[in-house]
Amino acid sequence: MDQIKRQTLVVLVDNEAGVLSQVSRLFSRKGYNIETLAVGTTARENLSRITIEVMTDDAHVQLLSNQLRKLIPVHSVKVLTEQKAIRRELIIIKMRTPTPGIRNEITQIANIFRASIIDVSIGTLSLAVIGEEQKLEGMINILKEFEIMELVRTGVIALERGQNTIYDETKEKGEFSYGKNVL
Amino acid sequence: MQMNGAQILMECLKEQGVDTIFGYPGGTILNVYDELYQCEGIRHILTAHEQGAAHAADGYARSTGRVGVCFATSGPGATNLTTGIATAHMDSSPVVFISCNVSENLIGKDSFQEVDITGITMPITKSNYMVRDINKLAETVREAFAVARSGRPGPVLIDILKNVTAEVTDFEPLPRDRHFAGGRLATLKERAEENFEAPRPNADDLEEMVRLIDEAKKPLIICGGGVVRGRAQEEFAAFAEKLDAPVAITLMGGGGYPGDSPLSTGMLGMHGSQASNRACASCDLLIAVGCRFSDRVALNPDNFAKQAKIVQIDIDRSEINKNVKTDHHIVGDAAQVLDMLYERIQRKTHEEWKRYVFAFPTETLYEEGGESLSPRQILNTIQKMVPEDTIVATDVGQHQMWAIQHFHFNYPGQLLTSGGFGTMGFGLGAAIGAKAAFPEKTVIHITGDGSFRMNCQELATEQYYDLPVITFVFNNGVLGMVRQWQTLIYDKHYSQTTLDRAPDFVKLAEAYGLRGARVCNVEQLEAAIRDALAWGHGYVIDCTINMDEMVRPMVGGGSAITKFIIC
Repeated sequence: MDQIKRQTLVVLVDNEAGVLSQVSRLFSRKGYNIETLAVGTTARENLSRITIEVMTDDAHVQLLSNQLRKLIPVHSVKVLTEQKAIRRELIIIKMRTPTPGIRNEITQIANIFRASIIDVSIGTLSLAVIGEEQKLEGMINILKEFEIMELVRTGVIALERGQNTIYDETKEKGEFSYGKNVL
Repeated sequence: MQMNGAQILMECLKEQGVDTIFGYPGGTILNVYDELYQCEGIRHILTAHEQGAAHAADGYARSTGRVGVCFATSGPGATNLTTGIATAHMDSSPVVFISCNVSENLIGKDSFQEVDITGITMPITKSNYMVRDINKLAETVREAFAVARSGRPGPVLIDILKNVTAEVTDFEPLPRDRHFAGGRLATLKERAEENFEAPRPNADDLEEMVRLIDEAKKPLIICGGGVVRGRAQEEFAAFAEKLDAPVAITLMGGGGYPGDSPLSTGMLGMHGSQASNRACASCDLLIAVGCRFSDRVALNPDNFAKQAKIVQIDIDRSEINKNVKTDHHIVGDAAQVLDMLYERIQRKTHEEWKRYVFAFPTETLYEEGGESLSPRQILNTIQKMVPEDTIVATDVGQHQMWAIQHFHFNYPGQLLTSGGFGTMGFGLGAAIGAKAAFPEKTVIHITGDGSFRMNCQELATEQYYDLPVITFVFNNGVLGMVRQWQTLIYDKHYSQTTLDRAPDFVKLAEAYGLRGARVCNVEQLEAAIRDALAWGHGYVIDCTINMDEMVRPMVGGGSAITKFIIC
């Protein structure tokens, strides 16, 4: 068994009903708990992009991507290693700020982490911050010293560095030579 | 041309050359059945139960190699299909299932007979579709058929809303060869490049394979279900002969390579022959063609063919390295790959290796019966009396293993059996489907008393449409295979495996307007078969056998392939 680690899969799919459950079903069947999942449209019409992170080894992530490639609405699947991927996540945190002193402290922490203050009301302060999980975890840990009322994360989205993309015209050579031709 | 949804559906089926539909009507599919009422050129076979229809469409598909078609209504009609769909899915059989659902205004309200069948069948179909827009109906049906039969075949489900079957739109008939010219199929084809129907094997992969073959001294070839589905029997036989290598046949590979060929070592796996299993353990090159190394073949994937370089030839990329780690693989259609390999390899001889392998028995020699009939006597007698090209459908259990060990299947589609899913109750429906496709051939159904009881209501279908099948019930009054496990592994705790109960299968046959006979010895059996062949209608022969007969050899699940519990 190879080493179990956090694996990032990027899946390009037709934007239609039922695709997300088809994709996520393959993970639940094998008993993988999806760590994060993010879905959104792309610059191309009718195509959506799903970023999924799971904890597993290299062999299993290959099996999973082969299974994914068999689905008719799936256009391509890419496993992004840490070295060649840009990964980002957005979180929004609502903090309780009972005193102006606490509000000031939280504002300073926000500045250090380049978080933006997106809402202020009497007794609360909401921050938004973008980053990789290390930075985000670091900030959350400090904010736990105060009272976090609510926290929401978008899930990681990831993009390949350099010239290559997930699209056929600019894909890495030899990458999709198998799988997607097997309907 | 203005047409309603039901008319468009029937037109699309005609485009595909569909001549037979198996199905069962109901509330939501009424518009389709109303159209069927006045449709010429398509025969509908009404079964007793939707599961029977599903198996019949599957049997039709397996025996012909064409796409089978099955209709059902919403709710329970659709859910009754699911065992049949899963059976087709596990054995890669191309069937298009068409169900109708409640109208758009009732969807999602737990309406009468409403069920989310596309959700339910997602894991057991190659692809499924819900048609909510009349303008997408034709395109969807065309795509469904293309998907079902291309690449690795499989079942597809189309769920059409009732209102769509009544709405009217403009429909242009399109011959099948032009379906890829536009719409989503064109996009799919473009995405798959030239490889939509069959992926082209990679030249480097072929060269590497030739090198491995040149190095090998003890090659073994596995004939898997892919050879049958890909109708690659000629290419396979030519390749095996040129390589001069023994051929082990999996359950699903039955008919892909002649069982009586001198190179055949018989079945491989849990109930595989000594020759097959021992060859597998000592070969130095294992070439698996269209075989997914299921747990009934590669019982222990970690030490499966441990001495060998394993090469997998499969049309489905996702099968490579799924169950057994391979050393090399070629992705492609079996016929095409084998043909290209044939061109590239030298003629070989492996006399010493063959002498080693064929020193082991390729078949199990069962005892002749004492008091009661033995399975061997029954199968011998059947084989002697029916035509050579007889189609054999089986259910699941001991009788299935005996039949497959005994008969030598000679062409793809001759053996219809539920391998992957192991569906008891599959056989009768499948036999009816095959008989509908091949009225001139003799079709026999080998079953056990447990399996037969599960779907014996299809005798009504057999009788009404006069699709004569000769059913042989291997009646031991127990669930034989489960009992065999209880004998060998569970200290003879025969928990819930004794079937000492109704019905009387002879009277049952008569109740359905067929003939039946109970036989206890070879003379009676011969007389019954003669009567069945002469009468020419459905017939049930209830063969009494001993409950302690076992399937031999047997290797325990998860253990090394040569670790026989019984020989």
